[in-house]
Amino acid sequence: MKRLLALLLLALACLGAGAKDAAPLAEDPVVEQRMLSISEEMRCLVCQNESLAASRSDLAMDLRRELRTLIKQGKSDAEIREFMVSRYGDFVLYRPRVSPLTYLLWGGPFLLMIVGVIVLLVYMRRRSRAVGSAQGLSEEETRRAEALLKEEVQ
Amino acid sequence: MKLKFLVPLALFFVLVAFLAVGLQRDPREVPSPLINKAAPLFKVPQVQLADKTFSPVDMQGKVWMLNVFASWCVACKVEHPLLVQLQQSQIVPLVGLDYKDTRPAALKFLSQNGDPYDLAAFDGDGRVGIDYGVYGVPETFIIDKKGVIRHKQIGPITPEALEKTILPLLDKLKKET
Repeated sequence: MKRLLALLLLALACLGAGAKDAAPLAEDPVVEQRMLSISEEMRCLVCQNESLAASRSDLAMDLRRELRTLIKQGKSDAEIREFMVSRYGDFVLYRPRVSPLTYLLWGGPFLLMIVGVIVLLVYMRRRSRAVGSAQGLSEEETRRAEALLKEEVQ
Repeated sequence: MKLKFLVPLALFFVLVAFLAVGLQRDPREVPSPLINKAAPLFKVPQVQLADKTFSPVDMQGKVWMLNVFASWCVACKVEHPLLVQLQQSQIVPLVGLDYKDTRPAALKFLSQNGDPYDLAAFDGDGRVGIDYGVYGVPETFIIDKKGVIRHKQIGPITPEALEKTILPLLDKLKKET
């Protein structure tokens, strides 16, 4: 039994010897790093809720290959982005560019905040005025109010 | 002043209108930035005659259609009979672009379903497709006499799209000089 076990262990060890290290993902880690940082900011056109970096669709693989080629050609990030936008439109960018078309998109939240603050200020001013006028009780009224409160306590 | 209580209701209807419009839209139809731009140039071998090449320059002075297809594409089979019909009517030169495909598979596809193309260009690695912003096959481009892309049909051509959009546009483009 022991011998059998030893044999089995030996066989397992041999299997392990045949295994290789995982192949590196790309021949150039610098290029791969830049490719990933660019493609993480881009939408995959086929599966629209995935980034180009994460998608396993055929088109995404082709585009990543294309980006690698462009990086190796020494293109800047802006040039590569332009390459993608000129083909697939602004839609590929997860971070929309600031242009007359997107002013409202970028400025909208601030616009809403300003409107909100104005509404809040107007409301508060009106309220303080209303409260202020209510404070103007005559002496008679104050006495009556105090008397009522005392009654309540007793 | 009495109608102040209607303000939230009005806002609600505005919101509903926005959502209603948003729901009607197809998120798959991404507007192409290539419309009204010169069709990207390329030069690739043809599918049927491997020793001959095709380039959009060959079509200068003509209104023509570039139909991106592939033998593995299911939706292409849907629009295929319509393309065959279109070719028979001789309205417009129809050029195919065989996208990410192998030549034997494409030839088999064309022999089985009929060949609607004047010629088909072979884009085995999808490089031309990238230049044309292709992200889903089939796609069809209408290109005018000056070589400018004037329309892009995303997805299969439906009889409705053909009647209402494509044929009128072809008529209009043919009259342009």
